[in-house]
Amino acid sequence: MNALVMKNTRNNTVLLAVLAVVLAVLPWALGGLFENGNSWLRAVDFALLYIMLALGLNIVVGYAGLLDLGYIAFYAVGAYLFAILNSPHLQAVLPAWLSHPPFLVMMVMAAVVAGIFGVLLGSPTLKLRGDYLAIVTLGFGEIVRIFMNNLDRPINITNGPQGINNIDPVQIAGYDFGRPIEFLGLTFEKIHLYYYLILAFCALIIFVSIRLQNSRIGRAWVAIREDEIAANAMGINTRNVKLLAFAMGASFGGVSGALFASFQGFVSPESFVLMESVMVLCMVVLGGMGNIPGVILGAIIVSITPELLRDIINPLQMAIAGKKVVDPENLRMLIFGLAMIIIMLVRPEGLWPSKRRRAELHPKTKGIALQEKDSLQDAERNHD
Amino acid sequence: MDIFLQQIINGLVVGSIYALIALGYTMVYGIMQLINFAHGEIVMIGAMVTITCINLLVGAGVQLPGPALLLAGLLMAIPVSMFLGYSIEKIAYQPLRKAPRLAPLITAIGVSIVLQQAAMLIWGRNYRPFPPILPSEVHIIGGAAITDLQIAIIVLALLLMGGLFFLIEKTKLGRAMRATAQNPEVAKLMGVNVNTIISMTFVIGSALGAMAGVMVAANYDQAHAYMGFMIGLKAFTAAVLGGIGNIGGAVLGGLLLGIIESLGSGYLGDLTGGVLGSNYKDIFAFVVLIIVLVFRPSGLMGERVAERA
Repeated sequence: MNALVMKNTRNNTVLLAVLAVVLAVLPWALGGLFENGNSWLRAVDFALLYIMLALGLNIVVGYAGLLDLGYIAFYAVGAYLFAILNSPHLQAVLPAWLSHPPFLVMMVMAAVVAGIFGVLLGSPTLKLRGDYLAIVTLGFGEIVRIFMNNLDRPINITNGPQGINNIDPVQIAGYDFGRPIEFLGLTFEKIHLYYYLILAFCALIIFVSIRLQNSRIGRAWVAIREDEIAANAMGINTRNVKLLAFAMGASFGGVSGALFASFQGFVSPESFVLMESVMVLCMVVLGGMGNIPGVILGAIIVSITPELLRDIINPLQMAIAGKKVVDPENLRMLIFGLAMIIIMLVRPEGLWPSKRRRAELHPKTKGIALQEKDSLQDAERNHD
Repeated sequence: MDIFLQQIINGLVVGSIYALIALGYTMVYGIMQLINFAHGEIVMIGAMVTITCINLLVGAGVQLPGPALLLAGLLMAIPVSMFLGYSIEKIAYQPLRKAPRLAPLITAIGVSIVLQQAAMLIWGRNYRPFPPILPSEVHIIGGAAITDLQIAIIVLALLLMGGLFFLIEKTKLGRAMRATAQNPEVAKLMGVNVNTIISMTFVIGSALGAMAGVMVAANYDQAHAYMGFMIGLKAFTAAVLGGIGNIGGAVLGGLLLGIIESLGSGYLGDLTGGVLGSNYKDIFAFVVLIIVLVFRPSGLMGERVAERA
């Protein structure tokens, strides 16, 4: 038994090392394999941001079982905070100590401010569960977006639908990520530098997620998800623990939003529509709620598939019909929607579900199987 | 004063459209506890098919009075929407009745993306103008203007809602629907074919949605492949406001939301001294939604239900 555990850990270490090497050389491999390697690397950068978002939402939805349809609002809060403090837009009015804060201070601020928004949303809605909570959070997300769109009057805070541009690139230890850096004979362009930066944050968030999962708080979240009344009876302060889930999930969103703003150099309300919240939720559910590798897989699939289709659909159309018959952008989203439906029909528990969820849906013992059967279907079968 | 009356009239027109769409959401939720996110797209497709049909008829040189043309368009659009509603339920929801609650929600979102993009492929990304076939005579009542079209929308919506009330309260089908919403298991034991009832719910809701879509297009003189999304959200808010699952609640919620929105966008500028303008129009639906859900989660007319996970 002991040997087995040790072998497993050794295997894991080897796997992790291989993964680390692959991730380290990925930008150069992409650059070498494809002529448009940089646009692929850009897609990978965004995929990493989405992984961070999906892991944040996974805390709220996957662990605590609170369905949040307005999650992108926290991403927006992080992004706008970074944009306002790090662009010429509001420099005239900002106090000196607030403008251009050091990078790490900025990241902590993004996490804290987004976390406060999470608590603001969470505290009045704690009583609600399931669909009702989903609807309230959806409304919250839309309200944040409408304000971003309209807060250019009477005081111009968000610059309205035009958004804020000229956002500074990240500066760490005197290095400006906006300019190529020569290191070990390699030229690191902006896109490479951001890849490693976002990757580092992504790793940090994965680490925090794993640690949270097995912590006291993580177990309290799962207890609430499974049976709130029982969890309360066992002495869990459900109110505080739920608030904590909202705050933690939101702060993950805030950090990725800040990274997004400086990577793009530009933010506008268009990036934070309801569809984005829905996409992140799809990542979590398609991948497998509550299971970290599953969520990561979901985020990669959902964010990369449309990019892949972009490169496949046009050549395919040219080959078959000799011209562009339909708009590739529409076709891409159409296929994406179909894929969502099909995956859910085939594997409603997600592609890589957590062990607990798999057990719930595919019970091994007959006794549980009987209990789990839905009454509606049961009645139907007896009748027909 | 006449501005107030004008806003009330506008609110009633928009509100009765919201109410019609809200009925589709609320009936499905009442029976299956499912938010049918694809319903807004059904509304949009109803509008698009009608416009296309009218244009085809006019293009073919058919000489008919405006309302007859509209009726012909509707006779095409309603069956299309009904068929779509029926197929959506069969393909995307029925296989998932046993699955975790989130799975049908995701397929609903998938269906709504598919329908939206299919509409984009068929009708393109431009606004489709509503053909100018309807008389647009303006009446002045107490200083406020109301057009024939607006009167027709309110009257037709009321008739449809009345018809639905009759169907649900007085007919055998309606009784079966109520029974299924109460307890599908027992309904089944009483000889109700639950599957058929659920299909009928989708079909009826889609037919109402298609008509509402035509009303939206006629009222704003245009339709667009993306229009289903916002109108669906608003109608859904109306359903929640009234108490989701409650038919009367959906009607009340729709009318209330229409009036709140109309008065709100009409007066917000004056009340805040021009700081917040009518560009905040869309915010009312969501603010109302949050306030209602926080203080009375079951909605205005909904019964207080035990907590649903």
